[in-house]
Amino acid sequence: MDIFLQQLINGLVLGSVYALVALGYTMVYGILELINFAHGEITMMGAMVALAVIGALALAAPGLPGVLVLGAGLAVAIPVCVALGLVIERVAYRPLRHAPRLAPLITAIGVSIILQNVAMLIWGKQYIPFPAVLPQGRHAIHGATITDVQIAILLLATGIMLMLILVVQKTRLGRAMRATAQSRQVASLMGVDANRVIAATFAIGSALAAVAGVMVSAYYGLAHYYMGFLLGLKAFSAAVLGGIGNLGGAMLGGLLLGLIESFGAGYIGDLTGGFLGSNYQDVFAFFVLIAVLVFRPSGLLGARGVERA
Amino acid sequence: MTGHRLAWVVVAAALVAGCGDKPQQNGDKQTVLIGQASPLTGPQAHLGKDNENGARLALDEINAAGLTLGGKKVVLELKSEDDAADPKTATTVAQKLVDEGVAGVIGHLNSGATIPASKIYSDNGIPQISPSATAVAYTAAGYKTAFRVMTNDAQQGSVLGNYAVTRLGAKKIAIIDDRTAYGQGLADEVEKAVKAAGGDVVAREYTSDRSTDFMAILTSIKGKAPDLVFFGGMDPQAAPMIKQMKQLGIHAKFLGGDGVQTPTFIELAGADAEGALASNPGLPLDAMPGGAAFKAKFEAKYGQIQNYSPYAYDAMHVLIDAMKRADSSDPARYLAELPKTDYQGVTGRIRFDAKGDLAGGAVTLYQVKDGKWQTLETVQSGK
Repeated sequence: MDIFLQQLINGLVLGSVYALVALGYTMVYGILELINFAHGEITMMGAMVALAVIGALALAAPGLPGVLVLGAGLAVAIPVCVALGLVIERVAYRPLRHAPRLAPLITAIGVSIILQNVAMLIWGKQYIPFPAVLPQGRHAIHGATITDVQIAILLLATGIMLMLILVVQKTRLGRAMRATAQSRQVASLMGVDANRVIAATFAIGSALAAVAGVMVSAYYGLAHYYMGFLLGLKAFSAAVLGGIGNLGGAMLGGLLLGLIESFGAGYIGDLTGGFLGSNYQDVFAFFVLIAVLVFRPSGLLGARGVERA
Repeated sequence: MTGHRLAWVVVAAALVAGCGDKPQQNGDKQTVLIGQASPLTGPQAHLGKDNENGARLALDEINAAGLTLGGKKVVLELKSEDDAADPKTATTVAQKLVDEGVAGVIGHLNSGATIPASKIYSDNGIPQISPSATAVAYTAAGYKTAFRVMTNDAQQGSVLGNYAVTRLGAKKIAIIDDRTAYGQGLADEVEKAVKAAGGDVVAREYTSDRSTDFMAILTSIKGKAPDLVFFGGMDPQAAPMIKQMKQLGIHAKFLGGDGVQTPTFIELAGADAEGALASNPGLPLDAMPGGAAFKAKFEAKYGQIQNYSPYAYDAMHVLIDAMKRADSSDPARYLAELPKTDYQGVTGRIRFDAKGDLAGGAVTLYQVKDGKWQTLETVQSGK
């Protein structure tokens, strides 16, 4: 039971990070039908910028409480990522708005490679350690342990996702986003400035990515210019699993993927009597993804197009 | 019209001839190209650059001292290539080095890259000395061109497995590897040695060399209450792994191979690195016959030594030493001299066995104490 509970915690923490990143993919896809492959790299940029700030602060003022230092890191990383997201949209996607769909996909991959290399030039090729400024508290519940960082990730991710739902469902901007997702032309005719809505979508997605990047680097204790690639791929899979273009789907898909990976790696060996080991962890996760897509090609929640945003 | 076409053919032929011109003659000075291949980008770039610097240091020294082969002054030039620690890229890079006409190759860094590349060097008769590939499979293929100046995984793994059971007193042992040729090969050898020494392998788990999340497999391992966790892999994975072990409250000892015994591991794992154990083939730098002098020379030029640069340095010297004895940089001629190598290098006395492996390699065990790798002891691998 304690092992089960521990795997549940592991899966939920991993899943909420996937969900935050998946939201960025899904929001952009919902409105533009574009897979923004540079999104994983924005996550990486968020982690790198925050680490640079946190590292500098930890050196300059060693006495500051960890939460404050982390907050400062986030306060710089979010605007930087938002600006980055807006620039990418303006430079790499907007000029191709009416081009065939393959063209922006290719620029997306190009931007992703550029960002990786820029990060490598600025911060170097090595892994960057996360300074030990955060509280290292551990709490035991029924034989499983949960750390302060894990609790913070769960709370922060839940809070942000609730806020996002509120923004999309209740505000004027949210309504404009939903309208643009349904039909850009009709929304424009109703006086919605599609370019502004799209820019806002990129800004929100990039801010979420920045937070996710900081979470990941704080959780694993390191950051690296390559970290966005695998994270982006997993989060994209999560978005597809939940139904790309659907906000609830991205959250559900992220959590599910985290749980599947966790339980898959934890139990696959014991369940098959050692015949399959944790080397089949990813195979297992993607097998579930394929199975879901065979029976529900638009993902778990993807069919309800009305809620797309 | 035909005249035009003919002119183009002549130009093309001249270009092709220019490219194929292997040892570039230039007066009575001859330039000999030596290849170096290691990951210069990606997660292991810090180790790859370290190898390149080690090889370059040796090459610069040989050039400065002056080298004469077959009565001609020879200038060595390093062709360094990035194999991205990727087996597919490694074969492309190997072919590129062969096409550029290198006389020998120092590399590659990873076993996974070294093994596929070794076939290309063998097919083209280009001698290759790996400073750091430790997988048994590298020399097991029987290529006459494949050598290494590093203790191999069979030697290191049997020392590690035996040490865990007999010296560290671990009875229940969990083994994790990163599914690379290096990690898996080492883990397999450790498993064999643990069983031979009477220990019990209670869990065998797997991850990848890009992964940073090990919570799931560690939780599963925790349920089996091992005394010791062995990881076959590199420092970028080992550091988050030991952190997550501490997070989960696993109190087992942590043991790794040479991929873990790096300054980067301590830097990344911080306070959680304390108490971690790892081995490195050969002697510790300060116990190497030429360790102190090498450290001074290297750090003056390139900064901190990561891990394998002394071996890359020795590998270059061994290669050139064979050329000197053959009095030629022609691979066909000096290759015959390589198996007869008996060279006193920075890392110790270098001789090869029949397969091209380092004969009688030593393995040294280290532990992190007060944020530094401290030497525990050096164990001679069984013959």
